[in-house]
Amino acid sequence: MNASIKRPDLYRFTMPIVAVMGALFGFVTGKIFDSPVLGLILGALIGAGLSVVLARFARTKRWKIIGASGLVFALTGLLAGGVGGLFGGLVTGLALSWFAHWVGSGRYRAGVPVYYSKAQVLWHSVFLFICAFVFFFLVAPLVPVIWLSFNAEQFFTFTPEMLSFKAEGYSLRHYRDFLGTEEWMVPLKNSLIIAPIATLISVTLGTLAAIGLSQSHVPGRRAIMAILISPMIVPLIISATGMFFFYAPLGNWLELNLGLNQAFVGFVKVILAHAVLGIPFVIITVTATLVGFDRSLTRAAASMGADPVTTFFRVQMPLILPGVISGALFAFITSFDEVVVVLFVGSARQQTLPWQMFTGLREQISPTILAAATILVGVSILLLTVLELLRRRSERLRGMSPG
Amino acid sequence: MTDTAQEPMLAADGRPLKQSLARALRRQKTRALLMIAPLLLFVMLTFVIPILSMLMRSVENAIVPDTLPGTVAALSAWDASSGRAPDEVVYRHLFIDLFKAAEAKEHTKLGTRLNYEQTGQSSLFRTSGRKLDDLAEPYQDAIEDISPDFKEAAFWYELMSGEDGSALLAQRRDLWNALVGEELSGEAGFMPSAQIAQLLPWTARAYTDFALWSALVKNDTVAEERPWEAVYAALAMDLEDPAKRQAIADYDGAGAAQLQALAAAQSDLPAVRLREGFIELNRSWGEPRIWTTIKLYSPRYTPGYFLNAVDMQLSPDGAEAKPENQQIYTQLFKRTLIMALIITGSCILLGYPVAWILANLPARTANVLMILVLLPFWTSLLVRTSAWKVLLQQQGVINEILVWLGFVDDANRLVLMNNATGTVIAMTHILLPFMILPLYSVMKTIPPSYLRAAKSLGATNWTAFRRVYFPQSVPGIGAGSILVFILAIGYYITPEIVGGTSGVFISNRIAYHISSSLNWGLAAALGTILLVVVLALYWLYDRIVGIDNVKLGG
Repeated sequence: MNASIKRPDLYRFTMPIVAVMGALFGFVTGKIFDSPVLGLILGALIGAGLSVVLARFARTKRWKIIGASGLVFALTGLLAGGVGGLFGGLVTGLALSWFAHWVGSGRYRAGVPVYYSKAQVLWHSVFLFICAFVFFFLVAPLVPVIWLSFNAEQFFTFTPEMLSFKAEGYSLRHYRDFLGTEEWMVPLKNSLIIAPIATLISVTLGTLAAIGLSQSHVPGRRAIMAILISPMIVPLIISATGMFFFYAPLGNWLELNLGLNQAFVGFVKVILAHAVLGIPFVIITVTATLVGFDRSLTRAAASMGADPVTTFFRVQMPLILPGVISGALFAFITSFDEVVVVLFVGSARQQTLPWQMFTGLREQISPTILAAATILVGVSILLLTVLELLRRRSERLRGMSPG
Repeated sequence: MTDTAQEPMLAADGRPLKQSLARALRRQKTRALLMIAPLLLFVMLTFVIPILSMLMRSVENAIVPDTLPGTVAALSAWDASSGRAPDEVVYRHLFIDLFKAAEAKEHTKLGTRLNYEQTGQSSLFRTSGRKLDDLAEPYQDAIEDISPDFKEAAFWYELMSGEDGSALLAQRRDLWNALVGEELSGEAGFMPSAQIAQLLPWTARAYTDFALWSALVKNDTVAEERPWEAVYAALAMDLEDPAKRQAIADYDGAGAAQLQALAAAQSDLPAVRLREGFIELNRSWGEPRIWTTIKLYSPRYTPGYFLNAVDMQLSPDGAEAKPENQQIYTQLFKRTLIMALIITGSCILLGYPVAWILANLPARTANVLMILVLLPFWTSLLVRTSAWKVLLQQQGVINEILVWLGFVDDANRLVLMNNATGTVIAMTHILLPFMILPLYSVMKTIPPSYLRAAKSLGATNWTAFRRVYFPQSVPGIGAGSILVFILAIGYYITPEIVGGTSGVFISNRIAYHISSSLNWGLAAALGTILLVVVLALYWLYDRIVGIDNVKLGG
């Protein structure tokens, strides 16, 4: 670290602060054993001691000393409360040791100029904690969902066995329910039929239109853009209402006059509805990519005798491909995640995965929903990774940033 | 100089350059439009037209004039402020219209429609429709007693058939089409006689209706079917007129003898008193308010749904506010707006620091932290909603932890769900990325040197932030706020699951009217109002940010 950072005074600064923090942790731990006051006092003492011990090892690598200290806490926890205690001790130990180190080594001043007053430094630290809290707020709600999906019971709540990390508290039964029953597999299959076809429609038409829109002389460009973006702006409930009124007679007409099968017409309706909802995303991402597209490349290709189609597929397409793919991902997730429109436009034959989850949540049937949710979180992490890689590739292609 | 000014510059192919350039430009425009056209057409067909059809539905009211065409026309002469129910002639039209509608089972739909405006109409139409036969029976019995030939289907057919009745046939056919809402196809197998139509107008209309119904819908042969009871009642109505009885004496077409016998014995027929008959069926028919409602909703297009959507109703004196205890929609709109504002406000509060720190950290760290923002953004909405259900319910994670720590008594766990609190918390979480991302992209463009310059000129941290940094980040706040507000105001799924009854939005009410109460017109009107609000905000967003500048996920 920055050598210029001064270590704060151990006894007048670090020790009291870490002791207060230790008291907080001690209070919570004490609560478990029904003696919060004792825990409070013990915690304060442990905190004070920890600050002294860590000051001894000031020269050791940061993560080594924090890890070692966490391990000690974890072992203590294991002796006191079994497997649950082990996890509790580990988390408490790591958090408290990190805090003691962060305060004791003066790292809390790392981000602020040396001339800052004490109040300013305090504000800066509080600000960091606020940000940390918001990040926690963003991500933490997903944790219980994933955790509870391994519940052995048919409940939405944690059982004592789960909290003490006993093996009998956990099972994969909800995943087996998810993968093994028609109730969930048919919706999944429907989702996997509807989303790709809808994506294909929106990407094909959307990319073509985005290229058209990026030409220099397009009459009524703003108005056209406004219409094409509108499916994203109009609230879903209104789109769904409009489609409900319009698609029902349309479907009847198709069935009667073209003699199409009812299930097929149902799928056509839902696919068309989802395709139009995905279009704004394709338009936005592809137009954004085309803004950075060097137009002289197409002219160069043309001057070398390539016809427009060849130019498009050999020159333009590879360069805007990242934009097209990320647009496609957006369109896919829009359809894959969509409930309102499919509820209004579709019938029971077109029940999709989100629809099944929605009805399940309304009636609170079983934690199988949570297993489905966990799988969807996995899918979204996958999509996020793909997008991130694409973004990097796009930046590299345009020479915007290294690696 | 003068030479070049007079002679136009030429392109390589010998055309004037100006013309050649204009042609190239035109071709370019056409090509661009051709590329856009398929998508534009697609969006128009699958999205814009459905939305427009919803707008139409919010004012459409064809069911009343289509189901009761004669009654509506007759009612126009009635003065709603007279305080008394209309005259006999209106009831006669009502009888014929309703009889027809009851045969086609359309009268209950009209009852449902009018029930939205006045409770009780639904059962009134349903029960009355069942008993219309009873009203007509006395006339049928009496006519058949006087001349038994009127029992015969073939006699009736012969009597009513004739020439030159195609105008009447076409008119009645159009009314049937309007009533059942589709184009009835096929041959009627019956041509009304123009002479009879002039002689016995009520009977001719009723019989033509019956003939069309038997032939086109039931696929029966008209000549083999006994007419509806309503046709006998219509005949009794016609015979009441002394002028018509006079004309019957001169009639010499088919069935003249029987008709003349009937006219001569007219005094043996019971007097046509349908007004009393209807009031006997149901007392409500004698009350002027039923008729006021029918009259108010008789035009093809009505502002009624929109008035309902803002807690008003139509009255003979124009629009008026509904009674206090029936006002729900203004309240709901207000609640939707307030909750959307609270959600937007909390998103600003939580999003601003995070966006700031993302914009000011070194790129590598910022990219890692950005994943924490993008992960919830990419996670299925239902996953996040179910997460909040797990967290907020009475036996949920938050309550369990609070009870475990002893902050909350086990008996009075916090009610975090099924109320406005639940909706606000869950939706703030769900919409937060939509605030952070635009804020971040604006803050990224603010050079950090400005803050340093301000400080070096003696500003305190707070002043530097307030006077230099904050004003430059306002466009980001504006963009994020409008985006979050637009999304929040139309949300359906999350309030439906965690909102209970006190935490729901106007969109939940729309969904309720679509799928449960089936009051589609009101749903469309509520949707239209919501749409107008959103489009106004969209326009504002376009003015502030520009649609082209919408960015998605970094």
